[in-house]
Amino acid sequence: MKKYILTAAFIFSAALLNAQSKEDQVCLDCHGDKTLIAERNGKKVSMFVNGKEFAGSVHKDISCIGCHSDVNPDDLPHSENLAKVQCSTCHEQAVMHFERSLHGQALKKGKFLAPTCASCHGKHNILKSKNPKSQTYVTNTPALCGQCHKEGTPVAKLANVRERKALQDYSESIHGIGLYKSGLTVTAVCTSCHTSHDILPHENPLSTINRNNIAATCMQCHSQIERVHLKVIRGELWEKEPHKIPSCVDCHQPHKVRRVFYDLNYPDESCMNCHGQKDLTKIVDGKKVSLYVDINKFKNSVHNQNSCIKCHTNISPSKNPVCLNSGKVDCSICHASQVDDYKISIHGQKHYQGEKNAPYCNDCHSVHDVQSKKDISSSTFSRNVPELCGKCHREGLNIAMAIDQSNKGIIAHYKESIHGKGLIQSGLLVTATCVDCHSSHKELPKKDPHSTVNPKNIAATCAQCHLGVYEQFKKSIHSPDVTKTDKKLPVCNDCHLSHEINRVDLKDFRQNIMQQCGQCHKDVADTYFDTFHGKVSKLGSDGAARCSDCHGAHNILPVSNPYSTLSRANIIETCKTCHPNSNRKFVGYLTHATHHDRDKYPYLFFTFWFMVTLLVGTFTFFGIHTALWFPRAWKERKKIKEKIKESEKIDE
Amino acid sequence: MSENKHKGKYYERFDAYSRFLHILVITSFISLAITGMIIKFSGIGIFQTLSDMLGGYEITGFIHRVAAVVTFLYFFLHIFYLTKKIRGRRTPFTSILKGENSLVFNKNDLTEFVQTMKWFVGKGPRPQYGRWTYWEKFDYWAVFWGVAVIGSSGLILWFPEFFTMLGMPGWFINIATIVHSDEALLAVGFIFTYHFFNTHFRPDKFPMDTVIFTGKVHIEELKEDRPRQYNLIMQDEELQKNFGDAPSPFLEKVSKIFGFTALSLGVLLIILIIYSMVFLYQ
Repeated sequence: MKKYILTAAFIFSAALLNAQSKEDQVCLDCHGDKTLIAERNGKKVSMFVNGKEFAGSVHKDISCIGCHSDVNPDDLPHSENLAKVQCSTCHEQAVMHFERSLHGQALKKGKFLAPTCASCHGKHNILKSKNPKSQTYVTNTPALCGQCHKEGTPVAKLANVRERKALQDYSESIHGIGLYKSGLTVTAVCTSCHTSHDILPHENPLSTINRNNIAATCMQCHSQIERVHLKVIRGELWEKEPHKIPSCVDCHQPHKVRRVFYDLNYPDESCMNCHGQKDLTKIVDGKKVSLYVDINKFKNSVHNQNSCIKCHTNISPSKNPVCLNSGKVDCSICHASQVDDYKISIHGQKHYQGEKNAPYCNDCHSVHDVQSKKDISSSTFSRNVPELCGKCHREGLNIAMAIDQSNKGIIAHYKESIHGKGLIQSGLLVTATCVDCHSSHKELPKKDPHSTVNPKNIAATCAQCHLGVYEQFKKSIHSPDVTKTDKKLPVCNDCHLSHEINRVDLKDFRQNIMQQCGQCHKDVADTYFDTFHGKVSKLGSDGAARCSDCHGAHNILPVSNPYSTLSRANIIETCKTCHPNSNRKFVGYLTHATHHDRDKYPYLFFTFWFMVTLLVGTFTFFGIHTALWFPRAWKERKKIKEKIKESEKIDE
Repeated sequence: MSENKHKGKYYERFDAYSRFLHILVITSFISLAITGMIIKFSGIGIFQTLSDMLGGYEITGFIHRVAAVVTFLYFFLHIFYLTKKIRGRRTPFTSILKGENSLVFNKNDLTEFVQTMKWFVGKGPRPQYGRWTYWEKFDYWAVFWGVAVIGSSGLILWFPEFFTMLGMPGWFINIATIVHSDEALLAVGFIFTYHFFNTHFRPDKFPMDTVIFTGKVHIEELKEDRPRQYNLIMQDEELQKNFGDAPSPFLEKVSKIFGFTALSLGVLLIILIIYSMVFLYQ
């Protein structure tokens, strides 16, 4: 420790000695006198130079004449009017920037408020900006700039009204608080955004605070900001099409930046001056369109924190009114991924093709009274979705008619389905609505391979909720992962239907299974109906075993697979679900037997034909017997009747 | 043949016990037939409607089983009746089997069959039938055979787990299904057509012969119908005790109502079956 102190002291004294070079000592002989004065423009100016301060400055190694180059140390005293020190001799770039900056331009014009290098950096006492004692040290910067730019100064009075309180605003901003309260030296100060020397007005395309550059400026520190904003904004547009989307400062107002949004630029009141009038209209394609905006509805909407122009970006002060022909609102400036999906969807495709019935964002989300889908009154609240989609897709309405004649009664069927009943009758909000299967923005016809309801994707779509079933199905023989075939494999909606989905334990569904399986497995379905299970089922039994009761529903595997419910190891247990005393012999019952197959089931075949022979034989024999008997018995009839009558007469 | 020798003009052909058993046969058989055919033709709309009308497959299944129990009941009651009758007689068992009252087929039945055929084609007189004609014997044995075959296969279908536990192979259940179903079709088809014709619908008995309910047959009808039995009765004092008065009008009426109901149900069912088999069954 001692060694350190000693070494430091030695270096310091050596430097001090060195600095106080002989030449400088010559200058200080005169300028070290505190009373040395000169007259400039009729004013008395002190010519005192603090030698100690200079010795501690960043320029200590350069002697006085290093800057005051027009002084000849051999010819003293020098002229009274020396040339101005040219910092550019060493600081070429900084000065070049300064000269084109607002400050430099003002200086050139001879504005007396304009700062020079020395205004910020000082003269002989210049310190490195990394030195905490320096005026230009990060924590001192706001105060330094504030000397001119704080409220009430002549410079501040020149500025735009909103920027007159720049310093106060800054100190209240997240950056200012970081700097002052938390002592964070990495926090942004004036120069972080405006640069130190190249300070340009924001209209200047080269300015770091120009709309087109601001994102890059902010991203010096907030480098991950595009990713952070992905949900609200399509980050890459900041670089590609910065005019299209709000820039950082639109939401995070300059100087005042907080993590909350601020109202900005063009006040809503200005818009409402006109759009608050109920009779405001314009003519579009020969039709009168109201331009009235109910501000109260808007104030209750989910967008109430946004100002008008945040969506209506295309306004321009050069137009009168500023919003003239500002065009459709592009929701993608904030809701980028949703609009991307929408553009792919059939709705989007049709909309951009000019189909009038195709819905745009506001057809579902409404215009100014947009509500969050979590709001019970929102048209996109899950319980309201069927009605919302039904606006077009209900039977008899234009869209439903145009799409597919076979898809009639979508909404009516949905409401009767297990999903619809769950949603509407039970109020189960986790129930699947239209958008859960069709997606909310990327609706595509099922024929489209990208559609969520395409046969290839439907299982995954249903798996969003029915994951357990999906996992079973994935391993089953019906899964395309397991069975490679050209034939169509069944997917969820082949059995469960799409909009008519029923509870599987109800009669209707169980009645339908057999037809559904039978669509592909015709032979076994037919033979199933020859057996007791099938016959009773046809009578409406929901107790008798159906395809799925034995083969499983989603986990169907070939009987040869040891994991099949019908494998040798499992079949007894499977039968036991209905037949508790099921045993090895019992399960030998031929559930799909037919007496028509001589090779496969000879016992049944011959039994059947024996019975048929017996039947036909007996019926033929007695058929002939009866046919012959009939005419004889006819005669007999009269005879007996007469005899009985006669005998009764005798009695009398 | 004096008036005193027989109190009335009606001869008791069936005793009360047998008549009661036949009522059991009728009710259980029709129940079994309807509920059974519902299952057999389950794919056909009319039978599905019929099932719904009766209360669904669970009810029809229950009726079928109850009726099956009744069937086994009358079967054993009849066996009991036979053993009692045989024991009550002093004649040896073999001669009973060969006797006039026996329902066992014998040579005479073959003779009568040939004679009947000749009569049918007009080459001979009506045979001198006795107490039981050959077709009546056939009816009787058909029931015996039917109850045995349909009953045993029915038990297998009713208790498949039990029978397989005893070692019966599983595919035998399939055999039992075919046998039960087709034998039942035979029984139903036979009873509701030929039995109905032979005993009720044949012109000389049309529309029905109530003897099975009243038990009594008019002497003149008996004489004409079964001359051999008539002659035997006339020779046997003991048998003439069976003569009596005409059945009460009330019994006659009830018999007719019950009989016609049974006949109509049978005919209706057979029409349904034929219709289904011809037009709707594969």
